[in-house]
Amino acid sequence: MPGFDFSNHNRNAALHAQGVPLPKATSTGTTIVGCLFDGGVVIAADTRATSGPIVADKNCEKLHYIAPQIWCAGAGTAADTEFTTALISSNLELHSLSTGRKPRVVTCMTLLKQHLFRYQGYIGAYLVVAGVDPTGSHLFTVHAHGSTDKLPYVTMGSGSLAAMSVFESSWKTGIDRDAAVKLCAEAIMAGIFNDLGSGSNVDVCVITADKTTLLRNYIKPNEREKKKRNYKFARGTTAVLNEKIITREQISKYITVHELEDETVTAAAEKMDVDT
Amino acid sequence: MQRTGMLREDGIHVDMDHLKKGEVNLGTSIMAINFRDGVILGADSRTTTGAYIANRVTDKLTQVHDTIWCCRSGSAADTQAVADIVQYYLGMYGTTNNEAPTTQTAAALFQEICYENKDQLSAGMIIAGYDHRHGGQVYSIPLGGSLHKQSYAIGGSGSTYIYGYCDANWREEMTQEEGIDFVKGSLQEAIKWDGSSGGVIRMVVLTAKGAQRHLYLPDTGYKGPGEQ
Repeated sequence: MPGFDFSNHNRNAALHAQGVPLPKATSTGTTIVGCLFDGGVVIAADTRATSGPIVADKNCEKLHYIAPQIWCAGAGTAADTEFTTALISSNLELHSLSTGRKPRVVTCMTLLKQHLFRYQGYIGAYLVVAGVDPTGSHLFTVHAHGSTDKLPYVTMGSGSLAAMSVFESSWKTGIDRDAAVKLCAEAIMAGIFNDLGSGSNVDVCVITADKTTLLRNYIKPNEREKKKRNYKFARGTTAVLNEKIITREQISKYITVHELEDETVTAAAEKMDVDT
Repeated sequence: MQRTGMLREDGIHVDMDHLKKGEVNLGTSIMAINFRDGVILGADSRTTTGAYIANRVTDKLTQVHDTIWCCRSGSAADTQAVADIVQYYLGMYGTTNNEAPTTQTAAALFQEICYENKDQLSAGMIIAGYDHRHGGQVYSIPLGGSLHKQSYAIGGSGSTYIYGYCDANWREEMTQEEGIDFVKGSLQEAIKWDGSSGGVIRMVVLTAKGAQRHLYLPDTGYKGPGEQ
């Protein structure tokens, strides 16, 4: 039978009663956004994954593939966004194969909402669904409990308030591709700089009728600088107290020594990176 | 977390905090009225997650058949799921019987789902429709899953503020223009007093001619643009 296995529930409840804390899930305390433009749709995300106060991954991918022309940005529980999008991607591919048609964004949205509704919010996936299909370009949000919204521009995750403020002050009807990409990137940056749960880089995905472009790390506003100082000891810091050189003749009393013909070939193969 | 349902032991008071954490709420003002030529449905456009407005231009008026629509209040996820199921059933009913379902049939279907799943759902619905046999009809299904045929119905958190207004201003057999003014006036008051209601006013007019959408924006004091 497909679905979740709840057999550990009783064990976990007993453990919890004895004072064992629950394990922490990696959550994508996140900023994700999406915006329609004339001829397509663009979605964007930050790249920080957190586990409580710890940054679990500085450059994770929150833009998920569903179909060639349908992509999803995920917030909430990282594992849940990953697996739900993978599951729906798989089902949509089979549906597309059996009908002989390109998958539609509404179909994807319906599959997602019905799956999430069935699990009553326990699957913590908050998604922005975007894509272009034969009926046009579409943008949806899907909440973990299974509710959906259809809007020209959307934001989700802990940085959604910061990102929405950018959209609400700068969005205009009928913007073009470049303006939409810029606006989405700015919205994500607002999340990166003003929301603790969001950070690192900006990922963008642009979908039009003829192609999909994933711009991984489109903006890197948090590049790590080269260390100004290093703490290595200079050569000669440790005094040499004595020195003993063993010659080849001396060592061949204990082991067999082979002479190599072409020294350069093997030397290259055994070459090793050494700290300098 | 143990959830025992929405009604408290006295069977009167409703637990307003029964929504799960982070659930999208339609803290709403919705209504539907009968008028001379059919029915009018009206709603505000605000959806909230806690204190945050998740959508300020929501469409809470949902079509479930050609001239049968519903107003949704409560959990967004629950009401969308219920409306989707009813839309599917009415679609099947219409094609298999080669005849459009009546408003009563639709309302009974809504009731069945809302009543049988009352422990799991928080969905307050108003169903309104026009059919050639009965003309316009308005049904209300509150939280427990009971079904009430009414000349007009109001619902959602904002409705508590307009019971007096509606009672004082209601007249049977209003014209379409009077009906629109009644719905608009009521929802304006609800939006004014209820913090969980706001945004634009959406309306759907159902008559023998079919469905007609209306939109009223707050920018112009809810004067227009009107018919869409």
